[in-house]
Amino acid sequence: MNKALTPRPQMPMGALPAPFHDRIAAENVQHSWMNWNGYASPGVLDTAEFEYFAIRNQSTLFDISPMCKFRIKGPDAEAVMNRMVTRDVRRQKPGRVSYVIWCDEDGNVVDDGTLFRRSEDEFLLFCQEPQLLWIKDIAWGFDVEVTEATHDLAGFAFQGPTTAATLRDLKIKEIETMRPFDIRDIKIAGKKVMISRTGFTGDLGYELVMAPKDALAVWDAVYAAGQLRGVRIIGYEALEMARIEAGFLLPRVDFISSQTNLRVNRARNPFEIGLDWLVTFDKPHYNGKRALQRLAGVAPKRKLVAIEVSKDKAAHHALVYHRKTREVGFVTSALWSATTKRNIAYAWLEAPFGQEVKDDLWVEIYLQREIEWQRRMERVMIVERPFFVHPRRTVTPPLNF
Amino acid sequence: MKYDAIIVGAGHNGLTTAGFLARAGLKTLVIEKNDYVGGAAVSRELQPGWTYSNCSYVCSLLRPEIIRALELPKYGLQVIPYESGATFDSKGNYFNYSSDHDALRRELIRNNPEDADGYERYARAVMRQCKFIKPLLMRTAPDPTSFNPRDISELLYIGKRFYDLGEREMAETVRFWTMSIAEFLDQYIKSDLVKVHLAGSGIIGTGLGPYSPGTAYVLLHHYMGEVDGSIGAWGFSRGGMGSITKAMALSFQDAGGEIRTGSGIDQFIVKNGRVVGVALENGDEFYADTVVSGMDVRRTFIEHTEQKELPEDFVKGVKRYRFRGSSGKLNIALDGMPTFPAAPKDARFLKGDLHFLDGMEELERAYDDWKEGRWSASPYVDFLIPTQIDPTMAPPGKHYATIFVQYAPYELANGTWDDANREAFAKTVIDKISRHSPDFKNLIVHKEVRSPADIEREVGLTEGNIFQGELTFDQLLFNRPVPGYAQYRSPIKGLYMCGSSSHPGGGVMGAPGANAAREVLLDLGKKIDLGAAA
Repeated sequence: MNKALTPRPQMPMGALPAPFHDRIAAENVQHSWMNWNGYASPGVLDTAEFEYFAIRNQSTLFDISPMCKFRIKGPDAEAVMNRMVTRDVRRQKPGRVSYVIWCDEDGNVVDDGTLFRRSEDEFLLFCQEPQLLWIKDIAWGFDVEVTEATHDLAGFAFQGPTTAATLRDLKIKEIETMRPFDIRDIKIAGKKVMISRTGFTGDLGYELVMAPKDALAVWDAVYAAGQLRGVRIIGYEALEMARIEAGFLLPRVDFISSQTNLRVNRARNPFEIGLDWLVTFDKPHYNGKRALQRLAGVAPKRKLVAIEVSKDKAAHHALVYHRKTREVGFVTSALWSATTKRNIAYAWLEAPFGQEVKDDLWVEIYLQREIEWQRRMERVMIVERPFFVHPRRTVTPPLNF
Repeated sequence: MKYDAIIVGAGHNGLTTAGFLARAGLKTLVIEKNDYVGGAAVSRELQPGWTYSNCSYVCSLLRPEIIRALELPKYGLQVIPYESGATFDSKGNYFNYSSDHDALRRELIRNNPEDADGYERYARAVMRQCKFIKPLLMRTAPDPTSFNPRDISELLYIGKRFYDLGEREMAETVRFWTMSIAEFLDQYIKSDLVKVHLAGSGIIGTGLGPYSPGTAYVLLHHYMGEVDGSIGAWGFSRGGMGSITKAMALSFQDAGGEIRTGSGIDQFIVKNGRVVGVALENGDEFYADTVVSGMDVRRTFIEHTEQKELPEDFVKGVKRYRFRGSSGKLNIALDGMPTFPAAPKDARFLKGDLHFLDGMEELERAYDDWKEGRWSASPYVDFLIPTQIDPTMAPPGKHYATIFVQYAPYELANGTWDDANREAFAKTVIDKISRHSPDFKNLIVHKEVRSPADIEREVGLTEGNIFQGELTFDQLLFNRPVPGYAQYRSPIKGLYMCGSSSHPGGGVMGAPGANAAREVLLDLGKKIDLGAAA
């Protein structure tokens, strides 16, 4: 018999345990898990509302290990990143994070992510969609090494007003000088941790990244230190509420990557999405630059706008009308914002609505009231993102809020 | 100095009215007798490192429309809900009320297997009454004797809602509004412990016992609140209840309003039957054609208005309006988290409202003491340690306990509320809690004791009644505070009321303030701007 004919392992189906799984499972009384990029990610541990309020009032832990992560290292790392994203990476100093988007040749957005500049010649890119091949295509011919780090790095978001106080209790003196988007290399429980003052909540908060073998030790140290300051593990539902308030967009929810859409007219450019502030033309050629220059001169055909809706029922999946009759768009994300006490949403509106025409816009909300459906037309007001702004997010040194 | 409008009293209702008037473009002044704003929604640091919610202590009734329209979150207001609560009995058992439906059902079954279903029926009955009354909160109560088209249409609105209930529900509603909370609960619940836990909301702030008619409605008043659409839920205002009025004051000042603290009103200045301004205790005078009083109806018209300016029947109505303070308050700084041996370690319900009672009889006895001019020997307490959730009110690891105590009479049979009596009152309360939490006493770092007389003196609430007058059916809707004057206007032209003495009554709700603003603006030919909340 051919000795090579031994069974090779078949890949497992479904969601795999992420690095912090055991800790989260111990608190997950609802047994609620979602599949995030192949990993089991908690939807809600006990009550989404109380987990949400912990983000705005105390502090929270959320496992971000399933994010796609890439390492770009080598003498040309800056040139490659600058060729890929629409911001000017040359202005990003080592030890800083920036929020970036990158586009295809037509100027449509491929994905967004956070770019960590670890040194002159090394970057880490965290994003939602697999991008290994995209980055490698861009890097062709450059002196740079691109590797996938998704499984080599564990991480969690530590977000909320009492996070700085907790890190202070852990004697992390680096936080005193960290401004938003700063990175420091620190040690917690004797383990190496990359900490950045970033997050998806619009509140005071940090993201901590470490080797998977050190993950539990770091988590346990932070969780123990946070006990006196109300730390709570949270699930995706709570985070989703905070991210809408914070004005952040979610790929596949608010827009779709131009690399995954089947219907050609679904791709969206930064001017339509409202991310034009991330686009600069004051730098050498980058992917999509020519198309973006052309698009910058014309009015967008449609726009993703932040809206406020009258009354208190969230406008989930609602259609938007002009003068209550003409359909002009739809809602992507909606929330009754418990902190701002406003009924908020993002909506795509066809031009000129939401741009020149902002009056007499309505959403059609369907409410199920004990079996029966009711239809409500509520007023739409175009407003600015973000919905939630708090000075504690940016104050340096951070206070014990 | 001449203003468009002057508001007397910087409590939450006064500041709500002020906020809406300033946003409507009126040059508005708020005057306040204390050196700080807040009224009964106030947070003070009496022990370094600790912030108390000195009077009101939990938040639910504050109308979301007001929070939104006055943009209070932008000015620092954050309302944080809490999850559950419990009543401990003297035999070592407890009943844990939980907002989680599954946990609540299991706990009800543990206490009495029939009560899980009984509670569902009870909750439905209360929710139906809530749904009926809630839309009336943010509306001006109609005058049933008026032929004004607006009154008639409002009466028709209420009448139609009532008629739509159907015959059986109409009867239920009338019973509900007039019944005692104990008898109401007897219809649904078997367990004494569960019953007495639920009965607390029926007597809070009221000079009535659990078997007194009308207490079922008082319970309803406490259920009408919501935190983000979760009806009946209660929460903390981050940083204490004073954060509410601080945010209101900032919102008002940002809209161009002016606040003067440190001197209260001496007299409303009235000329030819019309208010023209206010004279303060320090001698200052300020003038405006519109003056709104946030003080209760007795202070406003008996103490600070010349009687000759008022019609006799109105004065009679004001004088018979009942206050009857029935509660006191302890605020305690704790060196650590007290333990409750009857509760499992890290019990979540310790984060909510805790009570210590065996049954309805104990509650009724507590009321008997009050009738005889004594504080209850075994009082009802609403005990919370908000610092388990709110990290801002005490140093980490230290805690703040807010203890609402009922019953405590305004006038004591054995003398006055002097230091000895206040200390003895506090001892009664602390001893009772210590029977359930033996280490509680030794953790006390500082305490503030507030009798009804203290509440009257400091906050200005007559007889220390937390609602600016009892919330019984005879003093509600078009009878609040005086028949014929339930629409925020007074017999004196230009002088309005915006306090909890007016419809729909007390609790940190803001609805009287917002309704009063609407009426003031209506008289000036303007409209209240509720923005997107409308």
